[in-house]
Amino acid sequence: MTGRTNPVWLLLPVLLVLGGLFLAALGLTLIRSFRYMPVLGLTEPDLAAYAAVLSSPGFLASLGLSLWIALASTLLSAVLALGAALLLRQTFPGRQLIGFLFQMNLTVPHVVGAVGMLYLVSQSGAFARLAYAGGLITAPAQFPALTHDPFAIGVILLYVWKEVPFITLILLANLQSIGVDHEATARSLGATRWQAFRHVTLPMLMPGLLAASVLVFAFAFGAYEIPLLLGASSPKALPVLAWQSYTDVDLAARPEAMAMAVIIALLGVLMLLAYARLARPLAERGRHAR
Amino acid sequence: MRGDGLRTLAGFALALWLILPLVPLAIWSVAYGWRFPALLPPDLSTQAWAYALSPTSGVLQSLGVTVSIAASATALAALVGVPAGRALGLYRFRGRGLVILLLIAPAILPGIAVALGLHGIFLRLGLTGTVWGVILAHLVPVLPYMTLVMAAVFAGFDTDVEDQARSLGARPAQVFLHVTLPAILPGLMTGALFAFLVSWSQYLLTLSIGGGKVQTLPLVLFTFATSGRNDVTGAVSLIYILPGLLALALIARRLTGRNPALGLQVGR
Repeated sequence: MTGRTNPVWLLLPVLLVLGGLFLAALGLTLIRSFRYMPVLGLTEPDLAAYAAVLSSPGFLASLGLSLWIALASTLLSAVLALGAALLLRQTFPGRQLIGFLFQMNLTVPHVVGAVGMLYLVSQSGAFARLAYAGGLITAPAQFPALTHDPFAIGVILLYVWKEVPFITLILLANLQSIGVDHEATARSLGATRWQAFRHVTLPMLMPGLLAASVLVFAFAFGAYEIPLLLGASSPKALPVLAWQSYTDVDLAARPEAMAMAVIIALLGVLMLLAYARLARPLAERGRHAR
Repeated sequence: MRGDGLRTLAGFALALWLILPLVPLAIWSVAYGWRFPALLPPDLSTQAWAYALSPTSGVLQSLGVTVSIAASATALAALVGVPAGRALGLYRFRGRGLVILLLIAPAILPGIAVALGLHGIFLRLGLTGTVWGVILAHLVPVLPYMTLVMAAVFAGFDTDVEDQARSLGARPAQVFLHVTLPAILPGLMTGALFAFLVSWSQYLLTLSIGGGKVQTLPLVLFTFATSGRNDVTGAVSLIYILPGLLALALIARRLTGRNPALGLQVGR
């Protein structure tokens, strides 16, 4: 029997905290993005900040860059994680060590990984030193610019480093719950290993893989400190641009920062809805399995 | 077996890739005068560690601040998230889907979308530049993990044992302490680990709400990294990684199980 307590009372604290912090913050951002700031004498809401932001080449370049970073990181991470999960599903010498390294990676903060990546792939980093020792280059400047570069290679490398273990662990958990029965049945009916994977295992993994990919995309799109550390100074990633507009000495830039935050939040809401849609079949499958 | 060899090789490449970015950090922390193009530092030194651990650098102080903030945010999240998890795990009610959506939202929406508005609110409340303000701000990304883990825990919880304790005359507090809490404790530990790590790695929320006055480890690390002190940066990085590894070692086994919270991102 679970009818004693009204769930509303149990939920009230969490709703108050999230309402008072999260929703209120989003609401204030939305109001200010319409240039409604009575403190500064702005009492007539308008869309000027959005017009300014959307017609600014700097904003569009930043938006494009952030979308590129998120898309490239997500695709690379998803494909590599799929391979890693299929590898780690099998038993071979050293498997446990790799499993441990995957978990360890999850606890390493992004900013530490970003600094490590900087020391690894920058023009005076470890790879550049190896290239020099191998006679491939004679000066740091000859090493390809992988950090602070226009294609944000260093940023993408860091996300791949950090997100492959994340997606892999989700896939491994999914593989564990799917079991090997379906694949074995397909094989006994004459399917090749590739066919069994392509037509049986992969479709069953897909919802989990897509849901995880949405999370990775949202994070790679919205992170601040990683593009600040590894990215180029122009164009900046969108969150970096928004924060710098917000902290601009010119207070008139604040509504534009708010408008950027609203646009970022709208993209976030789209990803949230996509995630909720993808995660639902997963949750339902879990329930039936019981 | 040829297949085994290939797999071990692929596994070895994976392992190498996983530790590769951490290697220069470890070497830098003990390097002295390691200029391009030297492959390895010409001299080793404990200077960076001595500086990082000395009171003048403020690193240990930051470690304390970071641990306190993460622990407080985790405790508050447990206080609010355990009841909410119980409601979501045990009850079917109207609007449940909406509540879950609201709970996942802060974990998916980029921090910058919340940071600006939260800064505006906290400015008015006088909470900017304070540790309490930062703790409250961290609750936003931390709560989803705690609550959703607890929802999954309570979904597998049998309330009959509570009824039995109650029928034997136990008071509500006794039921919770002696029956409910022991049953949900392993799940609570997992939720706490996620919550702690999420707060532990926050950057932008701490920067915006703390306003430079609350110096957590990621902020200190960033300052050293951009000031060209590679050796100190290496040492601080290792200090920053350590507590996460300890936490993982404590609850390592629980991470491999089927855990819905893995569906949300850890460490951000």
